[in-house]
Order: sequence, then C-alpha cells, then structure tokens
Amino acid sequence: MKKSILLFILLAVNTAIFAQNIFFTKTAKVSLDATPANPVEEIEATNNEASSFVNKETGDVVFAVLIKSFRFQKALMEEHFNENYMESNKFPKADFKGKILNLSKIDFSKDGEYQVEVEGTLTMHGVSKTVKAPVTFVVKAGKFSARSKFKLNLSDYGIERPAVVKDKINETATVSIDASYEPKK
Amino acid sequence: MHTLKWFFLFFLVPVFIQAQPDDLSKMMEEEMASEPVTDYTTATFKTTRLINAHTNEQVAGGVLDMRISHRFGAINSGIQNFFGLDQAGMRVALEYGIFDWLMVGGGRSTYEKTYDSFLKAKLMRQSTGNRSRPLSINYFAAWQTKTIPFADPNRTNYFTSNFFFVHQLIVARKFNESLSLMIAPTLVHRNLVATLNDPHDLFSVVLGGRIKLTRRMSLNAEYIYQLPGTQPDGTTNSFSLGFDLETGGHVFQFSFTNSPAMIERAFIHETRGSWGKGDIITGFNLSRVFTLKDPRTRGKKKSETW
Repeated sequence: MKKSILLFILLAVNTAIFAQNIFFTKTAKVSLDATPANPVEEIEATNNEASSFVNKETGDVVFAVLIKSFRFQKALMEEHFNENYMESNKFPKADFKGKILNLSKIDFSKDGEYQVEVEGTLTMHGVSKTVKAPVTFVVKAGKFSARSKFKLNLSDYGIERPAVVKDKINETATVSIDASYEPKK
Repeated sequence: MHTLKWFFLFFLVPVFIQAQPDDLSKMMEEEMASEPVTDYTTATFKTTRLINAHTNEQVAGGVLDMRISHRFGAINSGIQNFFGLDQAGMRVALEYGIFDWLMVGGGRSTYEKTYDSFLKAKLMRQSTGNRSRPLSINYFAAWQTKTIPFADPNRTNYFTSNFFFVHQLIVARKFNESLSLMIAPTLVHRNLVATLNDPHDLFSVVLGGRIKLTRRMSLNAEYIYQLPGTQPDGTTNSFSLGFDLETGGHVFQFSFTNSPAMIERAFIHETRGSWGKGDIITGFNLSRVFTLKDPRTRGKKKSETW
C-alpha cells in the first residue's frame, strides 16, 4: 500500500516536471502582408487560430495554420487567395518545424525580453523551404510569448502572380507572428 | 533499495518519451485532429450567374454587386445588322448580400420594360470534415413585372396582371477543382395568360455545369428543359454556352445563347430561337463588386476590432 502511494507520487511529480517543458497555444496570430509600394488596395490577411508548440528544454518549435482561416478585408480576396493562389483544397495548411538557435540566451526563469533566432522548414503550397527569422521572446511570470517578422518570396513557394495583378500584389510578403504560450497540461 | 529501483524506473520512462525527436510534431498532429473543422466548399461557380440562370453562389454579406448584361441580336440576322450587334437588349442591376446566407437584388431589363427583384438564400452548403454535406442547396424567389402597354387595353387590366413569380431550388455540387454541376427545378407563375387554356404555372428544370480551363477562366453550359405539359406553344428550350473571365473584382462572362432576355420567366418560357437555325445571340454579363462592410469587423462592436 505504502509503496503504491509513493509510486503514484513519484509518477505525478515526474510527469509534472516534464510536461512543463512544453508550452502551447492555439490562438497565435499570423499576419500576411503583400501590399505593394503603390497600393491599389491593401493585400493583408490575419489568422488568429494558429497552433504552436515550444519545447523550452530542447528549443524545438512547431507551428501549424489552416490556410482557410486567413481573413481579408474583402470576401473576394479571401476566395481568390484560397482558390487561385494558395489552392487550399490541395494544400489546406502551412506548417513550420524548427529550432531556437541560441536557446541558452533565454532564461525562462527570469522575466525579460530575449532576442534569438529560429531556423527551420516552412512548408506551404506544397513547397518546403528553410527559413531563418529573428524572434523576440518575452518571459513573464513563468509563461512567455514570442514575436517575429520575416519576409518570403511568393515565387519560392510556387505561388504565381498573373500579369494582370503583378502591380497589385507584392512579390515579397511580410509574415508577422504573435504567440502567447501557456504550459501544456 | 527496492524503492530506489522503482524510482529509477519511473524516472527513465518519461525521459524516453521525451526524447522522441518528432514529439512536438506528433502533438501538433493530435492537436489538429482533436478539433475537426468543417471545411465549406467555396467557389463552386465563379459568380452568381452561370450564363442566364442563377448558380448557388451568392455575394458575401456587405458586398454590393453591380451587374450590366447585354444580349445582342441573332448572328443569322446577317451583315445588314452586323450579325446582330446592331440591336441590344440589356439588364442593369444592383445586388447586395445582407448576410452571407441571404442576398437580394433588383434590376431593370429593356425586354418588355421589365423590373425585377429577387432574393436568394443558402439552405445547405457543401462541406467536408466535421459536418459533411454532399451538396449545396439554395432557394431563389423572384418577382418580375413588365411595364409595356397591355395587349388588349379594352379588357379590365389590373396592375398585378403583369406580375410574374419565380421559385427555384438550386442544387449544386463541386465535384473537383475543375468540374461543378447544378440542377434547378423551377416554377414560374404568370398572373395573366393569353387564353383560358394557357396554364398559369409553368415548370422547368435548369441543367448547368462548368469546367475550369485555367484558374481564372471557365467554360459554362446551361440547358433549360421545359416540362412538356406546360411548355408555351412556339417556344424552344434555352441553351447557352459561355466563358467566365475573372480579373480581381471583375467577372466578365461572354456567352452564346438562343434567349434574348435575362430574367427567368422570359429566358425559360419565351425563347423562340433555335440553335439549329442559327438563332444564336452573343452577349455578356459584367459584374463588379464593391465591399461596403469589412467582413472582419462586421457584426462586432468597434471596440472589439483590432
């Protein structure tokens, strides 16, 4: 009897310790901006339903986002984004698998802002490419959030802009990420 | 000693679990699978019309669609009439999405100086995933009235005598990225008919489909079968072929048809031309949408928007 209680406690403590290495969010905000220099209209979309996991012990980061959850200022833009550019029926999600490069820079036990870099593989529209982006981690009261901004070229991911829209959609899109993580239970 | 052994054992097990390299990816897969989403099929057709007939597409809530449609004369009217381009019938219309599921519209046609208004509502949306539905179903209802002088001014003519009513159930399915088909059983009611023997209620079935040629261009076909019992004498079934060209906020539809009108009661039951005899009319529909309400802020208080 005594032994089984001890066993139970050990198991519980143990799992708790390990589980706390993994942080999670499913309400991360991902924004895309492909507005050209002389805009006809803003080409900008936001998705507030991105999921992400971070293992703060190993520095592993994963991100996944459904293409159909991006919201534009016009319904028709959204339809064209899904139908003509991202082909979201064929490629319903974009994901990222990577690692925090200078993990030792972040002290997860001390509140503050930490600048690091994350490198990994971004897969969207059926194309995988290595990306490297600066990320700001903000640690506060045992939790943390991450912000990042990086650019990508649409043509790198096989996203074509036909001649008629070349001056309406920028070739380079800016991706902004804002994610607040909670410990994974 | 015994306890210590247990201690090590249980300490090690989670370490092994932890050490899986694709651990987070697996967690992500579980996470994405744990909340299955309903994936609604979009863009079954490029716009709200196939050629003459309505598709299951509706303008989104807060979007205004300005439509200008032309139908020229028949190609077989010869060089004297520049193959029909000398004469043109047109319809101008404003159509608006009140909600994503409900749109209304009003238009004016040169054909018998007709005013029309309609509403179209989504009853079911084709979807996969959590909530899976094989078809899209819309209900379409229209009121149309011609304003040309009555054929017999000596008879007691009521204002309502010129009214026509249309009810239609539009059933559509997007089979894949390229192919979409639709079928729409239709009832047209005429308040005034020429003789006692003419029925007030006319039945027909719209059969239509599109094949995408490129991402921004599709080939459409539409055939309207009038049920033999209620087909007015001397009329033929409407058949149309068309192309949709999409450029940003515009959709341009170019078509060949044997129907001179662009309102249901007329193109279904008052078509007299025949493709076989060369009574082919060229025409186009031009659609330009204006977003009056940002879909991201619609239905939210100003303070809630970011």
